[in-house]
Amino acid sequence: MNAAPDKNKLIAGATGPWEIVIGMEVHAQVLSQSKLFSGAATAFGAAPNAQVSFVDAAMPGMLPVINKFCVEQAVRTGLGLKAKINLESIFDRKNYFYPDLPAGYQISQYKNPIVGEGEVTIDLKDGESIRVGIERLHLEQDAGKSLHDQHPDHSFVDLNRAGVALMEIVTKPDMRSSEEAAAFVRKLRAIVRYLGTCDGNMEEGSMRADVNVSVRKPGGPLGTRCEIKNVNSMRFIVQAVEFEARRQVEILEAGGEIRQETRLFDSRAGETRSMRSKEEAHDYRYFPDPDLLPLVLDQAWVNDIAASLPELPDAKKARFMELGLSAYDASVLVAEKETADYFEAMLAAGSEAKSAANWLNNEYFGRLNKAGLSITDGPVSAEANSAILAMVADNSISGKIAKDLLDIIWSEGGDPKAVVEARGLRQVTDTGAIEAAVDAVIAANPAKVEEVKSKPKLAGWFVGQVMKQTGGKANPQAVNAVLKVRLGLPDDA
Amino acid sequence: MSDPTEFTLAEARDAVRGKKISSVELTQAFIAAMQAARPLNAFVTETPDRALAMAKASDARIAKGEAGKLEGLPLAIKDLFCTKGVRSTAGSNILGNFIPPYESTVTQNLWDAGAVMLGKTNMDEFAMGSSNETSYYKPVLNPWRAKDSNAALVPGGSSGGSSAAVASRICLAATGTDTGGSIRQPAAVTGTVGIKPTYGRCSRWGIVAFASSLDQAGPMTRTVRDAAILLGSMASVDPKDSTSVDLPVPDYEAGLESGVKGLRIGIPKEYRLDGAPPEIDALWQKGAEWLKAQGAEIVEISLPHTKYALPAYYIVAPAEASSNLARYDGVRFGHRAKGTHEIAELYEKSRAEGFGAEVRRRILIGTYVLSAGYYDAYYIRAQKVRSLIARDFEQAFAKCDAILTPATPGPAFPVGAKSDDPISMYLNDVFTVTVNLAGLPGLAVPAGLTANGLPLGLQVIGKAFDEATVLKVGRSIEVAANFTSRPETWWRAP
Amino acid sequence: MSVDKDTVRRIAKLARLALEEERVEPMERELNQILAWVEQLGEVNVEDVPAMTSVVAQRLKMREDKVTDGGQPEAVTANAPLSEDNFFVVPKVVE
Repeated sequence: MNAAPDKNKLIAGATGPWEIVIGMEVHAQVLSQSKLFSGAATAFGAAPNAQVSFVDAAMPGMLPVINKFCVEQAVRTGLGLKAKINLESIFDRKNYFYPDLPAGYQISQYKNPIVGEGEVTIDLKDGESIRVGIERLHLEQDAGKSLHDQHPDHSFVDLNRAGVALMEIVTKPDMRSSEEAAAFVRKLRAIVRYLGTCDGNMEEGSMRADVNVSVRKPGGPLGTRCEIKNVNSMRFIVQAVEFEARRQVEILEAGGEIRQETRLFDSRAGETRSMRSKEEAHDYRYFPDPDLLPLVLDQAWVNDIAASLPELPDAKKARFMELGLSAYDASVLVAEKETADYFEAMLAAGSEAKSAANWLNNEYFGRLNKAGLSITDGPVSAEANSAILAMVADNSISGKIAKDLLDIIWSEGGDPKAVVEARGLRQVTDTGAIEAAVDAVIAANPAKVEEVKSKPKLAGWFVGQVMKQTGGKANPQAVNAVLKVRLGLPDDA
Repeated sequence: MSDPTEFTLAEARDAVRGKKISSVELTQAFIAAMQAARPLNAFVTETPDRALAMAKASDARIAKGEAGKLEGLPLAIKDLFCTKGVRSTAGSNILGNFIPPYESTVTQNLWDAGAVMLGKTNMDEFAMGSSNETSYYKPVLNPWRAKDSNAALVPGGSSGGSSAAVASRICLAATGTDTGGSIRQPAAVTGTVGIKPTYGRCSRWGIVAFASSLDQAGPMTRTVRDAAILLGSMASVDPKDSTSVDLPVPDYEAGLESGVKGLRIGIPKEYRLDGAPPEIDALWQKGAEWLKAQGAEIVEISLPHTKYALPAYYIVAPAEASSNLARYDGVRFGHRAKGTHEIAELYEKSRAEGFGAEVRRRILIGTYVLSAGYYDAYYIRAQKVRSLIARDFEQAFAKCDAILTPATPGPAFPVGAKSDDPISMYLNDVFTVTVNLAGLPGLAVPAGLTANGLPLGLQVIGKAFDEATVLKVGRSIEVAANFTSRPETWWRAP
Repeated sequence: MSVDKDTVRRIAKLARLALEEERVEPMERELNQILAWVEQLGEVNVEDVPAMTSVVAQRLKMREDKVTDGGQPEAVTANAPLSEDNFFVVPKVVE
């Protein structure tokens, strides 16, 4: 994108402002039962080499056979990224030696990926939206894992991850701040989770970001970039970009040059450092894998997948806004699929959109945050929250009682309606009962009755007393009306 | 009863089925012959105990009336096929201790048909060679010797152990693999029959890979009928091999005798080599006359890119090999150099110690032609030439049903004669390699002897998946040639 | 095209093949002999000719997403020159 640099995103250097240019390569693990080219399982946390087939261990004579589900998920994700699906793609071998790469090559897609150009729209905090171009998405194998800390002289190699299907999603260098980079990953994560193609779990490594960072004088030519490997949380992405951009600015301002290299983000130190093992120049000798034929897809199959796509965050946000939600509320609700699902479950249970959104944003999410719970782990169901709102709407309970009721359901569970009945929380709208309570308060406070005649504002004190007498259940409007009549106050008091 | 090792595969099958001989008796005879033929060095690993156990099991099945198509028949298996629990070396030091925990699809098919494994045959290291001299386990000797000579000759390669074993009658038949001619060339120089089926006909699963887009397994036998029988059991549609083709395997034996009447046999003029021995050309002409005499029509065809096949092959095959052989790194299996303290050192030393000279040379060539800046000039160009070669065949097959060529540019040569000159060694495959590049079926059938008394073969090339026609034409040549010569059994103790 | 000694050393490094210094020169010669021989491909007109990607005229087969393999760490590591607790063991790798 060639828009004029946003001043707020520039970083200040001794020689003036600098612009950060960021591109990303995100590896998203396909949510499949078995690996891309073998029938071994993909579950996280198995015993060493327990999820390894002879194919994954690259034993002599072993051959890859592709998992159709993984191909489908790549297509599905491509469609979710509004990208071109390539009906013919080719698997290549990327040749290099590393202990966690058993065959000495990774099966990947180089010149002919399964998915071509697309785009992702990201919403920033200030309400601004920017578009990040997707360069491509391709399928490839994950590598195994080497453990280096178990022994002074040895590394231990576990191939459980080796051969797991990854989608590598490459962006154009369209991001200009650490915030944008993090927002992109957040959005991409939401999209794949909506699609169900990847669980987006960054802690378990099922989504990993490599961040390419360079700096330049605003509007100037692109600088030399450094690739920061495996930055595994949104917070780390922000830290890594900030650190790396400053590092590059310092080097350039001191008259130095940026060396194109692969760097590792050290989350403990909050800094990036050069990766020793990646120092030597690579020559991957890509060539089409002769064990596999070109991957040819039918347009009809792609169409079927397109027809089965769920509603994605952008479309959902637009729909929520049509229901009367603010852009902000809508983006909060669609940011996580589970949150949107919860909200929609409330709508399905009969809640009105705006009040449900307000209730969630003002009441329920706060309680979840405080308790450190996710929406799926929270103790109150969408139906229960919806039932509480319904009772507010039909004046069965007051807004105040609703909050108390939420606390009761939160800690004790139960059906909100039944709790209201059992505990007598129902709002009193019966005029006779309210009149009785008003009369009792008037009778007990003759001095105040005199006072109110000259100080109409004192009416509020009477309301409070009546509410107290009714245990908060009296309908405040009804109390007001009766009081006005009994105390002989003017209507506008 | 006569010597059971004289049986062809078909005769042995009928004898075992007809209970004229038990599988154990047959197997014992071949074990004795195998052990007596150790001077040939045809086997890397003999498995007599396993053979007898399998033979017993076969006899039990025969008794129960459950005989498979190859029930009780002792075969030799090229050491490129992974055999579960039996060392599988690919002729290399780097796999010297490798015991596969799995069975290749082709050999599994054979055992499922009731066959008996005598042992694993010697071969050029990783199937790279045309003489069996690159084997870490020492060269195999051709059972044939030139007239009035005791000079040791090579049995061809890379399936030289298999060709020698079949020619010396120490197994009924053997499996081979063919990447550039490794079944047909050794068959031709040992007076045996070998067919490389269409690429995708036999599963490559469990066969140590040399060049994945060219490798194909096939039978090595004494007769064309035996080749038809064995191929029928080796071939299958394998869901574990993405390049295995989803076509049913026909009964190759059924149409074998139906003759060549009305078939058009193509003679490619480009296969006439300058400087080739006149005997080769003469035999080729004789072959054409035999077929013509049986009612075939001989048509001149052109395969204009033939001369570029070998150079293209020597780019494509090493390129694939350089990648296929990267897995031999001393980490998960195979040879590991001692006393290394760094991973790069471990790789470099293990591989340098584990691979022989020819394998190292091809890995380096392959690495070079794939490397940045050279990929287009070498690899892509070679793959384009390959397309042209395949197109040549397509156009030729518009005019003919099968193609007849010489199988090799000459007879078996002495051990050591070509080992210092890689290119002269590579030229052994000049007539066979085009077939691999185009993925077609090709058969070598013995057709005559040189003046020196060494066997020569002819090659029949067919359309993709038309092994039936190839075998039928081969059978017609076999009938006409009436090749009954056999080597003296000089290797047996007097 | 031909290779020089530095190229031979670089390729050997890429291929992870230790090459003793005295082997560099003979290898250079052997490789150049082969390269000179394959040079004849330069004579072929390959304009508009597609590079072959497969000799097999069929679609890539796909398998269903089912767990059908694994659960045999002992068999996977049985041939390893060095292993411990079903891990493959290599000299320490520095990242």
